[in-house]
Amino acid sequence: MANDEIVKNAADELDAHVSEMIKWHFSPETGCPFWLDWAKQNWNPIEEVKNFEDLCQKFPNFQDEWLRDLPNDVWVPNAYKGRPFNIFETGGTTGMPKQRIGWDDFRIDYTAFSETLSDDHFPRDDYWMMVGPTGPRRLRLAIEHLANARGCSCYFVDLDPRWVKRLIAGKQFDQARAYMDHVIDQALTILKHRSVSALFTTPKLLEALAERKDLVKAGIKGVFCGGTTMDKQYARFLVEEVCEGGEIGFVPTYGNTLMGLARHHPFGPENDFSIAYYAPQPRAALRVVNPDTNKTVDYDTWGRVELTTLTKEFFMPRFLERDEALRKKPWEQAPWDGVAEVRPFGAMEKNIVEGVY
Amino acid sequence: MSVPHLSCLRFGKSYRSFNESEVKDYRDGSVKATLSQVNAGVIRRDLREIHRAKEALSKFSTRELIDISANAGKIFLNESLPLGADGHQQSAQEYLETLSSTSGLPHIMVQRNMDKIHYALTHIELILNGLTRGIDLSILDQGYGEQAGAPVCFYPTTEALGLVMPSNSPAVNSLWLPAIALKIPVIMKPGREEPWTPYRLMQAFIAAGCPKEAFGFYPTDHEGAGDILKHCGRALIFGDKSTTDLYAGDPGVQVHGPGFSKIIIGDDEIENWEKHLDVMVASISDNGGRSCVNASAVIVPKYAKEIADALGKRLGPLKPLPVDDPNAVLSGFANPQMGEWINQTLETDFAKKGAIDATAPYRDGSRLVKAEGGTYLRPTIAYCESMEHVLSNREFLCPYASVVEVKQNEMLRSIGPTLVVTAITNDQQFKNQLLSSSNVERLNIGSISTMKISWDQPHEGNMFEFLYKRRSIGMAA
Repeated sequence: MANDEIVKNAADELDAHVSEMIKWHFSPETGCPFWLDWAKQNWNPIEEVKNFEDLCQKFPNFQDEWLRDLPNDVWVPNAYKGRPFNIFETGGTTGMPKQRIGWDDFRIDYTAFSETLSDDHFPRDDYWMMVGPTGPRRLRLAIEHLANARGCSCYFVDLDPRWVKRLIAGKQFDQARAYMDHVIDQALTILKHRSVSALFTTPKLLEALAERKDLVKAGIKGVFCGGTTMDKQYARFLVEEVCEGGEIGFVPTYGNTLMGLARHHPFGPENDFSIAYYAPQPRAALRVVNPDTNKTVDYDTWGRVELTTLTKEFFMPRFLERDEALRKKPWEQAPWDGVAEVRPFGAMEKNIVEGVY
Repeated sequence: MSVPHLSCLRFGKSYRSFNESEVKDYRDGSVKATLSQVNAGVIRRDLREIHRAKEALSKFSTRELIDISANAGKIFLNESLPLGADGHQQSAQEYLETLSSTSGLPHIMVQRNMDKIHYALTHIELILNGLTRGIDLSILDQGYGEQAGAPVCFYPTTEALGLVMPSNSPAVNSLWLPAIALKIPVIMKPGREEPWTPYRLMQAFIAAGCPKEAFGFYPTDHEGAGDILKHCGRALIFGDKSTTDLYAGDPGVQVHGPGFSKIIIGDDEIENWEKHLDVMVASISDNGGRSCVNASAVIVPKYAKEIADALGKRLGPLKPLPVDDPNAVLSGFANPQMGEWINQTLETDFAKKGAIDATAPYRDGSRLVKAEGGTYLRPTIAYCESMEHVLSNREFLCPYASVVEVKQNEMLRSIGPTLVVTAITNDQQFKNQLLSSSNVERLNIGSISTMKISWDQPHEGNMFEFLYKRRSIGMAA
């Protein structure tokens, strides 16, 4: 656990960053049309938001339809005007996906994240392979950048999660299975013909790969894994059995196109394989809240995950994720609140289609 | 004392999952045990190593495994056995009471189920003799031999028998018991509300000297159940029609669904129908009407109204009794919503023209009752004007039967696929038609309860023929 001083320092750093980002996004010379218009129609955040607490109390929840319904240009900060941007998508199983535009954020996020990986399990100057949703996702470029930042390159095998979700929603389980086999076949072909030591994939695809090939013998040393829920039992199974009790380093992550990625606290038998994630603060901040009261829940209590993204490219205050999690105490390497055992919001009450990916 | 926890068994070894389900008392919802729930990947992973389980059983001769089975039967019936890996022990009486408290079965019915299982385990040789049609059991050990002067060679069709078990009646476990003597390991998803019997059986086998590697006990989700059926090579599934229809065309999956068992009376015996009333009542209501061998229809050439009324008079007044009452006939519902759903279905179907609830005049109250702390359905006899009525060929998890008039020469065509037919007739021509019918799995000729089964004659798939195949063999002298 982190001591009070480093927690306070991190909070001060976040407050200063909030203040800086508010000035950036709500100043005419640097802000984007959306937030400048918003301030005209509502109130002036530069005057009223001096720290993270102000942000949480004064801003309403960010509405993700804005990312779906409004043209991309409204999100271009004036400071970036004229500079072509990447368009990244999330969702979109049916209808228009949500889009986030960006320039360098993914590189900054993943360069920082690279420093948290061990060289033993993710050797520098060695090849990566990503097996999972590529396409219009930020993750595709991010993983390639991560491999590059560690001195090498990355192979890609795509999986289209929108198609998988449609198959499962339509109860076409055979088709979903056949599609997953098709993805795994391609990954195995790469592993057979090329030397790869690090994988990025999703939990289900990792499991399927390991059922078809001995990953240790195939030369895999580390797996960076995210995309769907991993409860304690599943995390334990992946670590103890699929990754052969630590032979392969297993690095779970929680993230999405809107946030970037959160690193995990070490986990294992000592904490019943409960995985806690910590946002890359101050560039993004996570709270676990009761959405009705807008208050954080007590530590080790379930609540809704709320994300605030605070970069010069993108400002997104208080976005309620479709996830719930346990609120965790600050950790010395990430001295702010974490989120643990993340699962789809309402998972205990209804079946959620997460698919094979 | 703490609530016992039943771990998953992986090659007989306890594995405690972080995910748990609860098995609850059907009356007050108190938790009687927690159950490790494993993800499907655990099962798939173990199945890749299943040869270990097969090899462990192969070290024993069939004779030794028959003796072990018999010992297991005695232990199952009488002894205390481990309940989970935390040091809990369960006596036979505690097993009976706990199973009753979560399944709703009265003690007397649990005892009868225990006796059935005990009989099966202590008569495995008799059962194997029936299943194999009398081959010398040493042939199973060496793989080949001679039968009736002809060379025979049998090989196993699978390395494991997969089982997706129901929760309705403990004696269904007797179906898989011969697999151990046939040297085939079992990989099981127990019923959500009835883990007690298979867990106790596995512990009894292990206590009797069976290698623990032979047992996989995997409480799991739909994906896990699907993988057991898909990857075991040979598997049994129990369920309602919608479940079993999914696997109807799969030769590797033996489907155990509703039995739609029936009593039919021929023209020659119909005037004596009152003599057979006891057999009808027993066939409909024994074991709480929960078995696939319970009669769910009585097909007669005439007197259907009179028979329905007589059955209504006998069964209608039956009420729930305390679970330890030796005269208890009705079982409570572990899931009260199931009772409510059946009652609603019956009400809706009786509202359709052509059927009368013959039990209603004798029931003094509603069919669905809350009594003895639980939810019960009292017996229902439906007089139906024809086999066209939706209630004429239905099966419910309670004492239920229709009574329908059908001309004798149309009976066999009208009954459809039927697990057990008790045909009360002495008419040789009708008997011949019955003997050559292809839609009846077990045929009782005469006044025999549909509940009576013969252990040496399979009535629902032949386990030996399911797990072994014969091949031609030649050997140089």
